[in-house]
Amino acid sequence: MTRRFPILPTLIVLAGAAYFLVPLYAAFQFSLQMKRGELSFEAYRSVFESSTFLSTLTFSTVASAAAIFFGAVLVVPTAYWVRLKLPKLRPVVEFLSLLPLIIPPVVLVFGHIRLFGSNSILPLTMSSWGTNILLVIGYVVLSMPYMFRAVDNGMASIDIATLTEAAESLGASRLRTIIDVIFPNVRSAIVSGAFLTFSISLGEFVLASLLNRPAFGPYMVQLGQDYAYQPAALAIMSFALTWILMALMQMAATRKPGQRLFRPSRSLAASKSQ
Amino acid sequence: MSFLTISALRKSFGANTVVKEFDLGVQKGEFISLLGPSGCGKTTVLRMVAGFETPSAGRIHIDGQDVTALRPNQRNIGMVFQAYALFPNLSVAENVAFGLRAARVPKPQIAARVAEMLELIGLPDLGGRYPFQLSGGQQQRIALARALAVQPRVLLLDEPLSALDAKIRVSLRTEIREIQRRLGITTIFVTHDQEEALSMSDRVVVMNGGIAEQVGAPFEIYNQPATRFVAGFVGTLNTLQATVADAQTGTLSLDGQHVRLGRALKVPAGSAVSVALRPEAVRLGRAEGLDVVLKARIDEVNFLGSVIRIRADMGVGKVSLDTFNRADAPPPPVGSEAEVSFAARDAIVLDH
Repeated sequence: MTRRFPILPTLIVLAGAAYFLVPLYAAFQFSLQMKRGELSFEAYRSVFESSTFLSTLTFSTVASAAAIFFGAVLVVPTAYWVRLKLPKLRPVVEFLSLLPLIIPPVVLVFGHIRLFGSNSILPLTMSSWGTNILLVIGYVVLSMPYMFRAVDNGMASIDIATLTEAAESLGASRLRTIIDVIFPNVRSAIVSGAFLTFSISLGEFVLASLLNRPAFGPYMVQLGQDYAYQPAALAIMSFALTWILMALMQMAATRKPGQRLFRPSRSLAASKSQ
Repeated sequence: MSFLTISALRKSFGANTVVKEFDLGVQKGEFISLLGPSGCGKTTVLRMVAGFETPSAGRIHIDGQDVTALRPNQRNIGMVFQAYALFPNLSVAENVAFGLRAARVPKPQIAARVAEMLELIGLPDLGGRYPFQLSGGQQQRIALARALAVQPRVLLLDEPLSALDAKIRVSLRTEIREIQRRLGITTIFVTHDQEEALSMSDRVVVMNGGIAEQVGAPFEIYNQPATRFVAGFVGTLNTLQATVADAQTGTLSLDGQHVRLGRALKVPAGSAVSVALRPEAVRLGRAEGLDVVLKARIDEVNFLGSVIRIRADMGVGKVSLDTFNRADAPPPPVGSEAEVSFAARDAIVLDH
């Protein structure tokens, strides 16, 4: 028995795909037309040549990495403790973690500026490192809904309470339990939370701009105002970066225990062990 | 002096007292089952011995040491959970080694001990596998090896067979008992399955409503249930209504017949009592040695293969009785009249 080809669903999928792919392709083609009359990667070359591009990208990467680190350090023990000892509080904590989606970042950053401004006890905005700290804290807050959800779901998929009891009955301390049992079992959840955090904070504009930090988001906006072809190239590159992150996230999430993310070649593994 | 002593143990969650005045002494190397319906407090008792719950009152001693205030990781006990609780991120060998690593045992000794444990449970080649690659039965055996690797003073088993399918359950039952005997490890086994409790244990503690209703060997529990609850919970029981005719000689009046039990009763003459009979004590038809014969109507016939289970109504109560299948004797038709007999000495008189 042959099934009839599903015409209507295919058309819907194609229309949906076109909705995304056509503008993407248009941007891509436009980004290749910097040189009159020929297709070239001139716009990309020009972006890479700019020292601002590299310095802002580096700044934002470091800030995002810091946000991931502090976000994980804050969220993992919190989610663990809430699940283990305070299950009744879980809806409250979940709601709190969702607040950044409800309250616009501009409110957050004005709060920061008012609280830590020049006339506060802790005038963080008066120095560049202090402002950097505020930026990272802001990123931690912005990524909270994703980080908490990812980690909490990760913990829901394993029986945290029983695993903790099993480890304790075998003589393990609380710290050892968290490091050896809890953390490795939610690692893929942390990794997916981390990638989401990264993709949010890398191109983030509001916080970085209002705190006046040399970050990637404000640079992209600036470039968009000043040039024609380079912003298109930048847009394509950031799409590519996001997709790579999504792919990595998928791999991390579906990885089975004992399996490496990438199968290292024999020689590489051997040279590492030396 | 018992190896493990639980005295006057009590546990309340708010206003709800789950365990009331629970006492138990377990000898070294003994296999004890806590048997009871869900919510009877058996798991709570086990969790207090493990240290996962803090008793509201009472003390727990292991090998003379008061462990009541110790944290679970200081008690040196081994625990096996219903849901296996293997660490999914660790291989089988690493799971078994976990407790040894926590105790900072030197590496070569760990490797030797892990190999020994995997040998013990009959899975010597699975060390490199991960829990998700194993069947439920294998996982539970690994969990047992993991618990035993640290040479715990007491082994606690919390319904370890409940999540497994019937066949594995029965074979693992034998295997656990075998390993326990070989190591001579003091074991507490929690179950709601009377067959498991009766077949595996040295002694069974039947629990109900937070107290121990009866503590005894399986044979004792089954044949001389101390309370009505034990009689009803352990095994199938037929109850018949009777009145005491003479307490001194132990004579009951059952459907107009005098039944001599041959032992004195504590209840006065004329009072109503329940008489309990195990299905295997009741026979269809007359037989030598079965001195009580009652008329009955066949209500239900269940052909189970080697055994035929018949329910019969005797007026003074319904009985369930088992007969072996015989090719030359088909079971009686439903609705027919028959005679049912039993020996008076097999009757258990339940106090009201």
